[in-house]
Amino acid sequence: MSSLLKNIIRFALFILVQVFILHKIPSLHRFITPYLYFLYILWLPFRMSRFSLMLVSFLFGLTLDYFLHYPGLHAAPCVLIAYVRPFLINILISQEGADQNYASPSIVSMGWAPYATYVVVLTLLHHGYLVFLEWMQFGSFLYFIGKVVATTGVSLILILVTELLFFRKEKFRTNTA
Amino acid sequence: MRNVFLFIRRYFNFLFFLVLQILALTFLFRYNKFHEAAFNGVAGEVVGKINEKYSNVEYYFKLKKTNEALVNENIHLRSLLKSNYEASDTTQKIVVDSIRIDSILKFQRYLYYDARVVGSFVSAQTNYLDIHRGVNQGIRKDMGVVGPQGIVGRVVEASDNYAVIMSVLSRQFKVKAKLKKTGENGTIEWDGVSPLYIQMRDIPKSAPIKKGDSVLTSELSSIYPPNILVGTIDGLVIDNSSNFYTIRLKTATNFLNVQYVYVIDDLQKAERIKLEESIKKEHE
Repeated sequence: MSSLLKNIIRFALFILVQVFILHKIPSLHRFITPYLYFLYILWLPFRMSRFSLMLVSFLFGLTLDYFLHYPGLHAAPCVLIAYVRPFLINILISQEGADQNYASPSIVSMGWAPYATYVVVLTLLHHGYLVFLEWMQFGSFLYFIGKVVATTGVSLILILVTELLFFRKEKFRTNTA
Repeated sequence: MRNVFLFIRRYFNFLFFLVLQILALTFLFRYNKFHEAAFNGVAGEVVGKINEKYSNVEYYFKLKKTNEALVNENIHLRSLLKSNYEASDTTQKIVVDSIRIDSILKFQRYLYYDARVVGSFVSAQTNYLDIHRGVNQGIRKDMGVVGPQGIVGRVVEASDNYAVIMSVLSRQFKVKAKLKKTGENGTIEWDGVSPLYIQMRDIPKSAPIKKGDSVLTSELSSIYPPNILVGTIDGLVIDNSSNFYTIRLKTATNFLNVQYVYVIDDLQKAERIKLEESIKKEHE
């Protein structure tokens, strides 16, 4: 399957899972909102230019916003993590040229520790910005801190489960192939 | 000029990032103005269609509870029938002469539309419901929405065949309500903590309050007919620095499984708004 087609299907799947499964769960506590959709942005290929990365993330966030009737709330954090993503990959990539030999960020292509750091940092950034936007409109500082921590925790567990369930085999590519 | 172009080229990604951020934040903070103008109508239709597909499946699993709610509502309405009551004094006869039976429509103030809920959330800080009835079927902005058990929310936008309701479980939602027993008016709000409870403010401490008392919509409310159940009193938040109670209410409507709602059209609304505006003009 071509990378483009795969990502289009993922786009739809992540939105549907987020809207019709994770957002339908009655919340255990007001601090806990299970977010998984932004994993789509973390899984986008290495080779995308930063321009298209941000554009796709913006559209992705906006699509979710239309489902939740809150235009802009998720689009803004999505663009932020898309902007930061290339910097982070540059710092974290361990092997020389791994971003050319593999298609997209994963445990296989980056290694356990760098990939975990990558996910944790971007999750924190995403939730921090998202809750900050909510906090601007209402809520207290306790709400801000509590929700960022709780939501990040839940998201990380969800991401771990997803990575284990849908293990992505990354093919090693060389120039000759 | 050349330097400007060089600058733009050098920092293109950062500038594009800023543009997208500003765009997103404009959507967020000018929500009300934006969604009247831009492609929210189309988005509303598409989202509504997808939501409906999902709700067709979900609908089946909640049939039992929906049925119960509708039967309860029927019992409540039946118990109000005139034939259930009789005057204690049989020598007197009650004659109703203020309503002409033939042309009852002339005196009707509120019109009810039924609508099926196709999408709903309770997990955010501002919660919305989608219903399958839109502008083509008579829905307009700012109509009140009630369910079989009590009030649900207010229409905030309507596309051709679908409409979006802001539910009572929203930080921005405020409505006037009164205590059933004594009639004191207060404001209903939601603090965002639990979807099962809402808050009622500005009830003077002189009012007698008991757990389990009903709270109804008030005559002061501009979108609901009076005397529709809002919730029942569950507890008090004691605040010694204020002369007013903040009451915790259990919502009448169970937002986790609301499937059918009634949208209320106030037929005298245009008249009232015209009057209010003419007063505003006079006093300016």
